[in-house]
Amino acid sequence: MDLKLKIWRQVDANAEGKFVTYPVHNISQDASFLEMMDVLNEELVTTGKEPVAFDHDCREGICGMCSLFINGRPHGPDDSVTTCQLHMRKFKDGETVVIEPWRAKPFPVIKDLKVDRSPFDEIIRSGGYVSVNTGGVPDANTIPINKENADLAMDAAACIGCGACVAACKNASAMLFVSAKVSQLALLPQGKVEAKRRVESMVAKMDDLGFGNCTNTYACEAECPKDISVSNIARMNREFLHAKIT
Amino acid sequence: MSVKYSSITKKIWMSLMGLFLMVFLVVHLSINLLLLVDPTRELYNTAAHFMGTNPFIQTFQWVLFLGFTIHIILGFVLQIQNWIARPKGYKVKATSEDSFFSKYMIHTGVIILIFLGIHFVNFFFRVKIFHTVPDFILNGVNTGMEDMGIVVVELFQNPSYVIGYVIALIILGFHLDHGFQSAWQSIGVNNSKYTPFLKGFGHLYAIFIPLGFIAIPVVIYLTT
Repeated sequence: MDLKLKIWRQVDANAEGKFVTYPVHNISQDASFLEMMDVLNEELVTTGKEPVAFDHDCREGICGMCSLFINGRPHGPDDSVTTCQLHMRKFKDGETVVIEPWRAKPFPVIKDLKVDRSPFDEIIRSGGYVSVNTGGVPDANTIPINKENADLAMDAAACIGCGACVAACKNASAMLFVSAKVSQLALLPQGKVEAKRRVESMVAKMDDLGFGNCTNTYACEAECPKDISVSNIARMNREFLHAKIT
Repeated sequence: MSVKYSSITKKIWMSLMGLFLMVFLVVHLSINLLLLVDPTRELYNTAAHFMGTNPFIQTFQWVLFLGFTIHIILGFVLQIQNWIARPKGYKVKATSEDSFFSKYMIHTGVIILIFLGIHFVNFFFRVKIFHTVPDFILNGVNTGMEDMGIVVVELFQNPSYVIGYVIALIILGFHLDHGFQSAWQSIGVNNSKYTPFLKGFGHLYAIFIPLGFIAIPVVIYLTT
């Protein structure tokens, strides 16, 4: 299939940046979106041009490194997948595909389609861990955790921190990410000890970094490649309220 | 001052005040509907007189003003922060599936605020500040109460006012449709069992409360 790509090109963080159009030809429908980008970059390199910079790593949907805002949606037109798992068969032959970086004040563009997502690491550093001594690996069933909470914690822990929630949110809010990280620990006994301190400092860090406020549009949930539920946001609001009033 | 509070604190206050105002709307509508129940305006004027003179209601009125003020100020603060959080937007408008009315809360909110201002000039200020409301004469006897009912009935003779009122109330419905379920989410109420009920109830609330308000000018305009 042939496509017309409109790609955001920006030399560095301080440069102005603009859209540049590139045609690509003979793309397999079975190729992933990133493989299509590889084909484009190979062409650019062989013709002596600067390849398009974009983030990627595992290419199997688990590392959270790939991004891209494709035709108005983070990770493109498919549901519950990362860009590396997005197949070209989701596009029509001859289609114009607009590829933009994540847009948010705390995620500045480093180059082309790469943005600095280290603010997420800062949020984790502010409290997204367990620092109490939880001892060695316990025998199975010695710590009673009900099935429902175990499942909810596991679902929250599926967050790969890609930032699609921030990219999709009209307010560039990081609430889905932060709430997943708060929930995965708050639901389990090892995480409960520091639950109050954790939610307060992670929310404070999120605000300091300049992410927007949650207005419950739920675009984050719709675009999350790992289907993290907005019920985590409600849980974080509860945890936060509990921490403030007790 | 509110800028210093965390995003979640602001959202919680926003929600609590929103829910409070939604309860107020039910009280307001119940009193307004008395105009349709009793065309002599006696019931409505008695209720309006009670609301305007009862010491408890008069004190509580200030709590209501505070509720409005907090909700409005926080609405602007949150929105400004949200605009700042994305200084450069996307070329292609986001097409993610989301709660439709949630995207226009500031717009619907500002329209409701303008309507509220007009509403105050037409009703509240007339009775509280300008004292231009005539006395309520019932069966040739001055009841000593203001005839708020006649003010309403006279205003609703004006077709452009009726149309403006209806439009404002439809927009209020849009605001409430998102606001109701969003308020519960913000204060942490999201439960697989009860949230579908709350969302359904919110949709009904957002339809029937404005519809109740709209019925009054429409019926008055068509029947008098």
